[in-house]
Amino acid sequence: MNYFSYLTKPIITNNPITVQILGLCSALAITQSLLPALIMSLAVIVVLGFSGFVLSLLRQLIPNSIRLILEMTIIASAVIVTDEIIKTFAPDISRILTVFVGLIVTNCIVLGQAETFARTHSPGLSLLDGLGNGIGYSFILILVATVREIIGQGTVLNKIILPTLSEGGWYLENKFMALPASAFFIIGLIIWAIQSYSLNSNKQSNSNKQRESNQQGVSN
Amino acid sequence: MNDLLNLIFRAVFIENLALSFLLGMCTYVAVSNNIKTAFGLGMAVILVETITVPINYLLYEYVLRQGALTWAGLPELDLSYLKLVTFIGVIAALVQILELVLDRFFPILFRALGIYLPLLTVNCAILGASLFMVQKNYQFIESVGYGFGVGLGWALAIIIFAAIRERLQEDKIPLGLQGLGLAFIVTGFLSLAFNGLSGLEF
Repeated sequence: MNYFSYLTKPIITNNPITVQILGLCSALAITQSLLPALIMSLAVIVVLGFSGFVLSLLRQLIPNSIRLILEMTIIASAVIVTDEIIKTFAPDISRILTVFVGLIVTNCIVLGQAETFARTHSPGLSLLDGLGNGIGYSFILILVATVREIIGQGTVLNKIILPTLSEGGWYLENKFMALPASAFFIIGLIIWAIQSYSLNSNKQSNSNKQRESNQQGVSN
Repeated sequence: MNDLLNLIFRAVFIENLALSFLLGMCTYVAVSNNIKTAFGLGMAVILVETITVPINYLLYEYVLRQGALTWAGLPELDLSYLKLVTFIGVIAALVQILELVLDRFFPILFRALGIYLPLLTVNCAILGASLFMVQKNYQFIESVGYGFGVGLGWALAIIIFAAIRERLQEDKIPLGLQGLGLAFIVTGFLSLAFNGLSGLEF
């Protein structure tokens, strides 16, 4: 397996949200518009990359019996630093994100990656895997946020795409997208699409295999 | 008293942690296959929230907040950036203690809660409630009410969801939609229903 695939695999085929069912919590509540979602994604990518790298560096020093506490401390430190940086350089966004940056601590992707990957792989690979998982998570977050912002406000990153009625345009905003329920529906539909896609490709590879085995005269 | 009732009502229905902030989703989806386990988990969440939120309130108010250490001669010290680590530590320690106490004095309840109790340490609904408590500037009594309210709201959401999922098991569902996809769409409808209650007050 080449190094690049550590980075790309978690984006679609092994996406932490839709395939591994991790990290559904936190963060998805701030997908009403794209800008906060982008900042949040960046924070998650940084925390994942950092914690993966540091934990992997320390993996031979950490005794097994207290590893959970140490892992939580390292992750929490990374989150606190990220939170303070956002508060300093983007105070407006920090007000929108409220408690959700802090909640990255309990995001199961971070601890899951620490437990399953960083403990057994070298720092470089752990960094790549962390970044890849972060990007996969961001992919879903940004997709949901874009849909909600276009349909709900007619804008993308505050630039007008569909001119709304209140500003003399033709588009009536769909207020449903402002409700948290819309996030559930959009994620549900995305998961449906991805699962159907992977089911189809599985079927194709299975039938390919069957053809090969038939050619060899071996029946299942 | 009315204010407190309103606060609990808001925490249960309108600002429901699972349905309007999407908190605790991993556990919510993973442990909702039948009503019985969902009920056990719900009880554990109510118990842990009602205890951890007030304790974290006391810690924040008397140790971490800016100016909280005036009594120790350190009026300018602001430790509030440590709240994440502190809250996580308190929650983990409390869950552990609760496990020991329940095992000793309420073995039936302990057996009913089983594995779900330790899992609550990494449930973001628990940490989220404490962080929201800080953000909303609650007093001590309010923090007790808020902790109980969000716990009850989360329990209600997962029990209803588990009941719906039990019924869905007998239906024919498109292959790609089975499992997680449908779980989210059902939760979306639940969230809509809870949204209909917003604006209600005593």
